[in-house]
Amino acid sequence: MKKLAIFIAAFLLSATSLAIDTLEPFADPELQARYEKIISEVRCLKCQNQTIKDSSAFLAGDLRREIHRMVEEGKSDDEIFDFLVARYGEFALYRPRAEGKTLLLWLAPAGLLVIGAIAIGLTVRRRMALPIDEDAPEEQD
Amino acid sequence: MWRYLLPVILFGSLIPIFVIGLHKDPSEIPSPLLAKPAPEFELPNLLDLDATVGTSDMKGKMSLLNVWATWCFACRQEHGFLLELARSGEIDIYGLNWRDERDEALRWLAELGDPYTATAFDYEGRVGIDWGVYGAPETFLIGPDGRVLYKHISPLDANVWQTEFVPRIQAAESGQ
Repeated sequence: MKKLAIFIAAFLLSATSLAIDTLEPFADPELQARYEKIISEVRCLKCQNQTIKDSSAFLAGDLRREIHRMVEEGKSDDEIFDFLVARYGEFALYRPRAEGKTLLLWLAPAGLLVIGAIAIGLTVRRRMALPIDEDAPEEQD
Repeated sequence: MWRYLLPVILFGSLIPIFVIGLHKDPSEIPSPLLAKPAPEFELPNLLDLDATVGTSDMKGKMSLLNVWATWCFACRQEHGFLLELARSGEIDIYGLNWRDERDEALRWLAELGDPYTATAFDYEGRVGIDWGVYGAPETFLIGPDGRVLYKHISPLDANVWQTEFVPRIQAAESGQ
């Protein structure tokens, strides 16, 4: 039991020592929150299924540094995302903007939902029109 | 009839998409820079830090910008071809030494040979970001008008050169 407690304590402590982002946090918590939100939405191009917030690749570090600088300079979120898209393309964003090529990506789920709803509606309507079969054997468990 | 055929048709139409998807390399991200003016830069010359190398050196001629680093294994692989290409005099090759240690980069060039007309030293990787570099080696083809004509990700070799670069160079030259 004691060993387990030590293990858990060590485990919890190790998480802080693994912090990837080595940049000085902003004094203003609002800016820090904005910065962290932005870096959690940018893909690390080098290690494609991680955000740059999670990645220790040096490219992710470079991008954090640039984003940190831009937040400091008072750039808006859109300006920062534009900066990234102009260099790495829409693929760099985990939430690609709804425009042009990515429109299909955004509309497909809603479209599929509508198609599914219509299909269910039609099936239910057709089955309701069928006569009820009184002689059908009852379902057994 | 339709209720059986429709799912088959739907599934059948997805198959070509999957097949194409399977043969694409997900690590190759198309560059948004293509056909756009190359991002301007001016960096210290790797060989002589007091001198600079930049886009102004590349103006008015067809040139390559090759992104390399000593930590990049595949860069070693393409180095022989770069030397060959430089010797042929077909095109000026500029180097972008990206996120590297200068000592090691100098040793690399001294040991393996230097195919570059000039090498820019991008220690902080800032120019790399402007060019959308995410992995070395990457090679950009830049036209005389300063536009990015092509970007190749992964090592260059004679085959890639003949099939991807030469036709684009010829097309750009005949179009002028």
